[in-house]
Amino acid sequence: MKALSPAHDGSESGGGVWRFPADRPLRLDSGAALSPLEVAYRTYGRLNADRSNAVLVLHALTGDQYLASTHPVTGKPGWWTRVVGRGLPLDPDHHFIICANVLGGCMGTTGPSSTDPATGAPYGLAFPVITIPDMVRAQAMLVEALGIETLFAVVGTSLGGMQVLQWAADYPERIFSAICIAGAARHSAQNIAFHEVGRAAIMADPDWRGGAYEAAGVRPEKGLAVARMAAHITYLSEAALQRKFGRELQSDGLSWGFDTDFQVESYLRHQGASFVDRFDANSYLYITRALDYFDLAAAYGGQLAGAFVPARNVRFCVLSFSSDWLYSTAESRHVVRALNAAGCRASFVEIETDKGHDAIFLEEPALDSALRGFLASAAEKRGLS
Amino acid sequence: MREDFREILRLTPAGARVLDVGCGEGDLLDLLTRERGVDGQGLEISADGVSACLARGLAVVQGDADHDLDSFPTRAFDVAILSKTLQQMRDPRHVVSELLRIADRAVVSFPNFGHWRVRWALLARGRMPETRALPNPWWSTPNIHLCTLHDFLALTDDLGLRIEACAALSGGRPARPIPPRSVLENWRAEAAVFVLRRD
Repeated sequence: MKALSPAHDGSESGGGVWRFPADRPLRLDSGAALSPLEVAYRTYGRLNADRSNAVLVLHALTGDQYLASTHPVTGKPGWWTRVVGRGLPLDPDHHFIICANVLGGCMGTTGPSSTDPATGAPYGLAFPVITIPDMVRAQAMLVEALGIETLFAVVGTSLGGMQVLQWAADYPERIFSAICIAGAARHSAQNIAFHEVGRAAIMADPDWRGGAYEAAGVRPEKGLAVARMAAHITYLSEAALQRKFGRELQSDGLSWGFDTDFQVESYLRHQGASFVDRFDANSYLYITRALDYFDLAAAYGGQLAGAFVPARNVRFCVLSFSSDWLYSTAESRHVVRALNAAGCRASFVEIETDKGHDAIFLEEPALDSALRGFLASAAEKRGLS
Repeated sequence: MREDFREILRLTPAGARVLDVGCGEGDLLDLLTRERGVDGQGLEISADGVSACLARGLAVVQGDADHDLDSFPTRAFDVAILSKTLQQMRDPRHVVSELLRIADRAVVSFPNFGHWRVRWALLARGRMPETRALPNPWWSTPNIHLCTLHDFLALTDDLGLRIEACAALSGGRPARPIPPRSVLENWRAEAAVFVLRRD
């Protein structure tokens, strides 16, 4: 049951919402089962005859399946048009690229704003708590439904990078290569702390209504905007903030009040205000919780290498950004050391930049050349032309 | 082609699992991959070096031999290569012993501080030597642990390693097999390459 929408961007080749029947529920780590499961996705390029060129791209916390197509809500270009497109490292002329909205998201994949079949109303807090392995399980169901046995590559950024590592641990025989960009194998205390600030802001908004805001016809926009403002600071480096805004004022002189005197304030408020148009507050709670629960080594007695031992045939590429303090180089190194210890074939480079975590989406020639080189050699080994 | 590369190429069996420590921009790994079909992995400290390696499709991890060798499992490789990098290590003894934990054989090359030009510079001029093999002045050299052939032998003896092969490398001439304990060669060889094994 696939609803194909007409391709409206140059390289988009399809997509829609895959609805898994009630007899194929998603088994969750919490013990709950989610049914029916819907997964919204977009594709770019064509699957080749031997089905060997599929690439699954995994988005970050507030990303979605609009990888390289115009976003239906914001009207902006896709979130990774710098990397995905003709002549770019992920090229629809060579790869069949799939990007799905994450489980718990709000762009068409089942999440807390979906209808709870038990009540006919949105799930709200009745939605079960989900984990990164749950997200990966849903993605694996989609990939299987699309008729793909082995992915040429799984590529993920941030939350997506963590999912890449989970893919390698759970489905090593179904991936040929794995690229983890600005990810980590666990959430640190600082990561959890920042998420807690965001969640507290949402839940402190009177319009949150214990998660049942949709039924009340309101939205906790103020809380969600504050959550986004706090999170956005973690996506930038101190140097990038200073370079962009310094102490520049919005207009001449101080207001001697609490208006947005500084440009950096105005920027953050804009980030918060525009975010609420495209994101759901409960999705934010659920996905940040899944991130906080993430600790890949935990299931392997605390030895991260144990997660990668079955993935010895997977070619890994780990990339970090020097000024990223959200998921720092130290976290990537920790992953790389575990890959080495497991005897996996791994590449790793820290890309020198002052743009912080946000460098994922920005002009970084070193990122492009690393991706190109890694993908080209993997393609050669895979027998892709 | 660098003479030590030519010699390492000759010494590396086809299809071997190879770790190149301090692989730079991947020239040697690329050569070994093309000519010997090795399953290669590199370790390199500079981001530019690693990026260059990735762009040519080599599997290379950015890291530091002094700290990151211990993350590799025991006997994960057939051959570990340390090409003209030993003298830049903070703890050469640890590095050599790690190489032979990780791999069955280690190929180690380094400039010989016992070479007559080096000795002459110090003896006659009373200055730190600047030679073809050691081109930098003392204040900017990356070399912090220089040794002579015989110094290196003292280390391999201390670690209980067997020397499988040894060749002298001098100024672009083909590698010349030498008896490593020769007093004369400790004067003559500008640099040397050793193939080591655990005893």
